Amino acid sequence: MSRLELRTPGRAQEVVDLLCRTAEQRLAANPNGVCPVETTKNFVAFARSQTCGKCSPCRIGLAQTVELLEQVLRGTARPDAIKRLEEIARVVEETADCAIGIETAKTLGIALRGFRDDFEAHIQTKRCHNGGQSPIPCVANCPAAVDIPGYLACVHAGRYADAVRVIRKDNPFPSACGYVCEHPCESRCRRGLVDAPLNIRGLKRYAVDFAKEVPQPERMPSTGKKVAIIGGGPSGLTAAYYLALMGHAVTVFEKRKRLGGMIRYGIPDYRYPRETLDAEIKSILSLGIEVKLGVDVGKEISYDDLRRDYDALYIAIGAHGDKKLRCKGADAKGVYSAVELLRAVGDGNKPDFRGKRVVVIGGGNVAMDCLRSAVRFGAEKVTCVYRRRKEDMTALPEEIEGAVGEGVEFLTLHAPVEIETDMHGVAVELWIQPQIVGLHGADGRPQPFNAAAPATRVPADVVLMAIGQSVETEPLEAAGIKLQRWGTISADDSARVEDMPGVFAGGDCVTGPATVIKAIAAGKVAAANIDEYLGYRHEIQLSVDIPSPHFYNLNACGRVNMLERESCERKNDAACVELGMSEQEARQESSRCLRCDHFGYGRFRGGREGKW
Amino acid sequence: MVNLTINGQSVQIEEGATILDAASRVGVEIPTLCYWKGLNQIGACRVCVVEVVGYDRLLPACDTPVEDGMVVRTHSPKVVQARKTNVQLILSEHNTSCTTCVRSGNCELQKLSKQLNINRDAFTSRLESNELDPASPLVREADKCVKCMRCIQVCDNIQTVNIWSFLGIGSNATVGTTENKPLSQTDCSYCGQCVTHCPVGALTARDDTDRVLEMLADQSVTTLVQVAPAVRAAWQEEFGIAPDLATPQRLAALLRRIGFDYVFDTNFAADLTIMEEASEFLERFAHKEDYQWPMFTSCCPGWMRFLKTKYPEFTANASTAKSPQQMFGAIAKSYFAERKELDPHNVRVVSIMPCMAKKSECEIASLRDACGDPDVDVVLTTRELNRLVASLGIKPEQLADEEFDSPLGEGTGAAVVFGATGGVMDAALRTAYFMLTGANPSPDAFEQVRGAKPWKESVVKAPGDVDVRVAVVSGLGNTRKLLDALKRGDVEYDFVEVMACPGGCANGGGQPIHERSERGETRATALWNLDANMAVRFSHENQSVKTLYDEYLEKPLGEKSHRLLHVDQLGWDVHPN
Repeated sequence: MSRLELRTPGRAQEVVDLLCRTAEQRLAANPNGVCPVETTKNFVAFARSQTCGKCSPCRIGLAQTVELLEQVLRGTARPDAIKRLEEIARVVEETADCAIGIETAKTLGIALRGFRDDFEAHIQTKRCHNGGQSPIPCVANCPAAVDIPGYLACVHAGRYADAVRVIRKDNPFPSACGYVCEHPCESRCRRGLVDAPLNIRGLKRYAVDFAKEVPQPERMPSTGKKVAIIGGGPSGLTAAYYLALMGHAVTVFEKRKRLGGMIRYGIPDYRYPRETLDAEIKSILSLGIEVKLGVDVGKEISYDDLRRDYDALYIAIGAHGDKKLRCKGADAKGVYSAVELLRAVGDGNKPDFRGKRVVVIGGGNVAMDCLRSAVRFGAEKVTCVYRRRKEDMTALPEEIEGAVGEGVEFLTLHAPVEIETDMHGVAVELWIQPQIVGLHGADGRPQPFNAAAPATRVPADVVLMAIGQSVETEPLEAAGIKLQRWGTISADDSARVEDMPGVFAGGDCVTGPATVIKAIAAGKVAAANIDEYLGYRHEIQLSVDIPSPHFYNLNACGRVNMLERESCERKNDAACVELGMSEQEARQESSRCLRCDHFGYGRFRGGREGKW
Repeated sequence: MVNLTINGQSVQIEEGATILDAASRVGVEIPTLCYWKGLNQIGACRVCVVEVVGYDRLLPACDTPVEDGMVVRTHSPKVVQARKTNVQLILSEHNTSCTTCVRSGNCELQKLSKQLNINRDAFTSRLESNELDPASPLVREADKCVKCMRCIQVCDNIQTVNIWSFLGIGSNATVGTTENKPLSQTDCSYCGQCVTHCPVGALTARDDTDRVLEMLADQSVTTLVQVAPAVRAAWQEEFGIAPDLATPQRLAALLRRIGFDYVFDTNFAADLTIMEEASEFLERFAHKEDYQWPMFTSCCPGWMRFLKTKYPEFTANASTAKSPQQMFGAIAKSYFAERKELDPHNVRVVSIMPCMAKKSECEIASLRDACGDPDVDVVLTTRELNRLVASLGIKPEQLADEEFDSPLGEGTGAAVVFGATGGVMDAALRTAYFMLTGANPSPDAFEQVRGAKPWKESVVKAPGDVDVRVAVVSGLGNTRKLLDALKRGDVEYDFVEVMACPGGCANGGGQPIHERSERGETRATALWNLDANMAVRFSHENQSVKTLYDEYLEKPLGEKSHRLLHVDQLGWDVHPN
């Protein structure tokens, strides 16, 4: 026996580690609609295997929790089971000796509070009220419920135009989403159980790139009803598109010079080429939608006038109000909001940052857009100032990585303090206070606070504040439209505006700044409910046959990721950074789809909704 | 065409066919459990899995389309092993007390288990339990359910009543009533199609044979049995008697052997129904503005439950004529009891029906018109009749033909076709024609309303060149389509026959069950053949019915008829409080 030996993991431990990694992968692909009670039981059962067994609350409490939860699931629990569970959760949290018990009990407490009615229903009715409709993961997680397996099957069959038609049934912006969608559809893709989720957005982009121009379907017979859409962004145009298809006369009022909303005034051209956006909008308008550009509803035309002249209204004005830090020097020359910058760019007025040192404040996607745009406008140095850590940024990791690749500097854990100006009132420096990461806040994110270090400075000829957008509420309030506490329009899940029959609202102006696909989904919901409000039930139907699925071997296969142009090249132009898939890649990637529209619950109940 | 090889044999089959189709083409039987062609091909049970060269995994034959050059092995050791394990797993969730199960001997799972040489429980039994609802003629025993989903599919897709749902998720997922209510509180039509589609004994009709035995043993009561038209085309199936030997007279002999004091025929009451219903139709037709149109037949209790729960706005359209079963009971406990000087309270009426819903019909509180007791006391399905026969040691194949008793045992050809879709309409038109013209039409004049087509239409010329637009529909899903079309104004009819079961009573929920097949069409053909060979084919020529009117009722729609043979359709509830 040696005095000391190197510790190497045994075979069993290696396999346990593998199982844990597999469990992580499985949890990432946890389907929607699982039983919350059973999930809680399984969570505690897993935690139970981690308890060392020394302290009694953890050892016995977790075991008793599992037993009680099993009784709840079997329908044999006593009526006071929830009380007993709460008691265990409290006592284990308060008295267990280490984090294993304490953290398990905390989570159990969250579960008991979070879906108490599910526990109660289980105990009272002896059954689970979830399930019964295990949906297709990608479709269920797409806000617009696009028929993803349907169009992926078309892509695989080489029927790109049909893929576009399948998408358009639920989303008139296939190309915008092919380029910039945040792809929530991929989050719980069942393929993740095997290897990795499908690259759904990449395949969509492939379909739209290769389908070229796909003619729009015929409009249904004219109804003679008039609908005004206020706001020509993704939500407004989506509503306009479906309402026009349904035969209503649609007029879109747009405050700015061009249509597209945040797709044009928020997303830079290097992410989504302008000519592709223009072609998509042209295609939507080909249905015969009247457009009034440069009209500021609320000022030039009143909401009341529109309500009088039209049978229904859809307000989709987005969140184009900017937010600025209230700090010294915030009104200096050279200080802009992200909205201001991107609006000017959208209208074709690109600024010249040559020789300038640009600082962007913020860590979201808009901040990344500003940073990367500044690089392209010739800035000498571009710096991101953010008061939290890089991993706390809300921007997509690939956007951060893109900015890094293009030479952007990151000053994380630094809070802006004041903007110093020269004698002409022009910004020259940004004072920043070093931060230290601290306790988690109520939102679950670690809160930064001032570090015991002096403030420092970063040279800044231009300061761009990308710290959020808001809805421009004044004209709305003047028109008597009710707002929610956080300054967005008060509309329900059917897009109906509170106390205003015939007036609907959706997109960023209801949710606050969100994603393109959420705006599209709101437009689709509004179109359906406006149609119904007008006394119709027009159906938007799937117009193509979906190729039947091929059975498969489940051989793990890597996910085709998107490639980008070299940063040294791309940072000097406005062309698209991301490269599309090759045909070879698209064929392989689309073959990975597990066709949940057929296999599993799909064949029985979860299959496609052919119309809405 | 696709060419493939199954167990070394070459097969050619059309594109889109499944491996299961291809195998059966060359006589290879791949075992299945959840599968029902066209209705349930969802690959749930994984019993039909087969080996396909080139694939690591086994593929379900019922749900895998054939491909050119495919090489399939349906019974390789690997396949059989997997199939066996899957059946053993299913058995662990199944109450295997076959000795007390009505489907013993006619159970797809039992057959599979035997076929796969499963002779022990490989896994610990995990049985779901549920409370049975004695008020419902439809019984579901959760511990026998194999979650094949056929009940859900037939109820949703064929009948569109949506009583059954797949509930919960995970390993606790199960089948239950959509609203999580006891069956008797749901809108179930009790058509029983889920029962005839159930591969095992999870769904059954409530067994009331003990109540009949009790009556038979009770010397103080007189027992009358009536047997519905459709029963005579199906009862023999479970005894292996050739259809041509299974005469109604042999059935009469069988019922007599059971020990009933009087063996009567629902056909008698069917003819009576036609007298009342045809008269009612002509009365309504003559005073069109006083009624809602079209008039619907009301003899199917499944349909009446569907009507009153799903389309209550059409309730007043239903004929007020009672069903033959109920007319029989009302006449038995009034006219017949009087003639025989029996105390009607000591008369017991037992019905043999192809139907489960009839069990609930006879319990409707307003159907106690003869003496205050239920007009019909107990309803047995065809399957229960057969079980009763077997338990009494009766050998039907050894019986000689015997006649039904008189007077409630006489029926015409018009009555026997009540058991098939279109039959009620055909019979009603034959008599309505006579009532209007005083002359008989050809008994085959209304052939257009016959046949298995689910939704049939015809325009009949009445005297004075008046068009009578009639329609016949069977299956509740088809009925829903017809009612929706009526509501939209897409169709207009004067008289519509509705039967809840696809194909009518011949395919009723109380009829013998055969593995993954329905025999409605064969049985219906047998009924139409019986009609064609009858000497009397018009209800109004039924001598016993004529006598009944002469001696007792006086005339159709008369005062006595109104009391005994009609019901206020708005005056009873599917869910009485």
